[in-house]
Amino acid sequence: MKTLEETKQDVIGEFSMYDEWLDKYEYLIDLGKNLDSYPEELKTEDRLIKGCQSRVWLDYALQDGKLFFRADSDAIITKGIISLLISIYSGRTPAEIAADDFSFIEEIGLKENLSPTRANGLVSMISTIRQAAQDNL
Amino acid sequence: MKAGEVRKEFPILGKKVYGKPLVYLDNAATAQKPLSVIRVWDEMNMDKNANIHRAVHALASSATEAYEKTRDRVRDFLHARYREEIIFTSGTTASINLVAYSFGEAFIKEGDELIVSVEEHHSNIVPWQLLCQRKKAVLKVLEIDEKGYISPESLGKLISQRTKIVAISLISNVLGIKNPVKEIIDICHEKGIPVLVDGAQGVVHEKIDVQELDCDFLAFSGHKIYAATGTGVLYGKKKWLEEMPPYMGGGEMIGHVRFSGTTFAPLPQKFEAGTQNISSVPTLIPAIDWMESVREDSEMIGQQQEIVRYLLDELTARPRVHLYGVPRRTQDKIGLFSFSVDGAHHEDIALILDKMGIAVRSGQMCAEPLMDYLGVTGMVRVSFAPYNTLEEAKLFIQCLDKAIAMLV
Repeated sequence: MKTLEETKQDVIGEFSMYDEWLDKYEYLIDLGKNLDSYPEELKTEDRLIKGCQSRVWLDYALQDGKLFFRADSDAIITKGIISLLISIYSGRTPAEIAADDFSFIEEIGLKENLSPTRANGLVSMISTIRQAAQDNL
Repeated sequence: MKAGEVRKEFPILGKKVYGKPLVYLDNAATAQKPLSVIRVWDEMNMDKNANIHRAVHALASSATEAYEKTRDRVRDFLHARYREEIIFTSGTTASINLVAYSFGEAFIKEGDELIVSVEEHHSNIVPWQLLCQRKKAVLKVLEIDEKGYISPESLGKLISQRTKIVAISLISNVLGIKNPVKEIIDICHEKGIPVLVDGAQGVVHEKIDVQELDCDFLAFSGHKIYAATGTGVLYGKKKWLEEMPPYMGGGEMIGHVRFSGTTFAPLPQKFEAGTQNISSVPTLIPAIDWMESVREDSEMIGQQQEIVRYLLDELTARPRVHLYGVPRRTQDKIGLFSFSVDGAHHEDIALILDKMGIAVRSGQMCAEPLMDYLGVTGMVRVSFAPYNTLEEAKLFIQCLDKAIAMLV
């Protein structure tokens, strides 16, 4: 498995291939469509991420000292964003995640290119992932 | 006048977003400002800035004059009987809250009933809910039919001996269909019940004569009628406003203040406590002038009707697209279209359209009860102003098709 840093560089590289934000959205939509299916019974109130206008559910499990995330959203671009986060942070140790500064979000210009409500949603997704790491340190 | 020419008066419309020409279709949320409005706004700050009514110096009197002249213009615009029936507020929300509080204090008792419709904006629901909590009163809800029409007959069934006020929008900010407000008012008045009309969307599209309509209260916002943000109007019949206690206490609204007891200023100052939005209120004059000139221009009216017909045809022709507020007659519909798309989330559509330069609204449009009633989590809304062209409407449809193709 690639390191956290390597995976982040891959994502940044992937994003920089597209000049136009519409193309970046297209990429996120693809990621969203290809995200592993999420069990209906896990779409519960306590797994719902607050601060998103569209609904986002995030579930995680600790296995062999590593955190594995799965998620779903009723909006596809949001689902693409959460898929991106999962591809980077799933399978990492809580310590690795807790120590990360999530600055790659700024490097790919994602936050600035979301509507304010979505940007809040993104911040909430990140803090939920961080909290999961903190809780399992 | 042609929409294309009118655009020159709105500097912001020449803007590019993400390198693409801005197509602004969120006018129902806030309308853009013409130069005539911006100039008055500037002038108030550069030439007439002082607090109004009290001071005796020259600046204060020119500010007071500009402010009070606006009251006369609004009175004339609404054809109100008395100038003191025009109260300046910060917007529709403030106007409705004022009535819900002050009318409530004077006239609502435990067990009394109030009626709103299911299609109301949150600002015409929540102030009444707060009133009901305070007074242990009951809020009843008038439903709409599948096309989005309010039926005046069903109102008759909802009214009881205990109904004290009915609050209804002239045009819903989601459905864009003109409500039969005159009939509703007549039904209510037969039983002696006053009616508050939420004119936030309606005032933009309909000529309103408050004496002819005979509404008891009318609320609207300046920012939706091309005036400065933070301006608004409450029209109220004098007989009610005189009976209602003040909403806020402070400067301006008093007669004499003594610790043994304070008396209040006469209307309209009784309801205008504290320093008012002096620099912005006078922008209502050029805004109303502009709106009236457009309304009387047959070429402009024709262009707007053409856009409404075009979008009704296009949005109802796509099997995936569900339009809410499909009019029985085209003339019932304003240039405001809310829709959902099968298999595509409203936010995704809005986000993609934004990157194409098209500003639309998505979400619950401050009308969550209506969203629940219609069984959706949200919608996309496009709303047109007289400066929007048919070409923009066509571009929107093209881009919508592209967005749907990307998402589905």
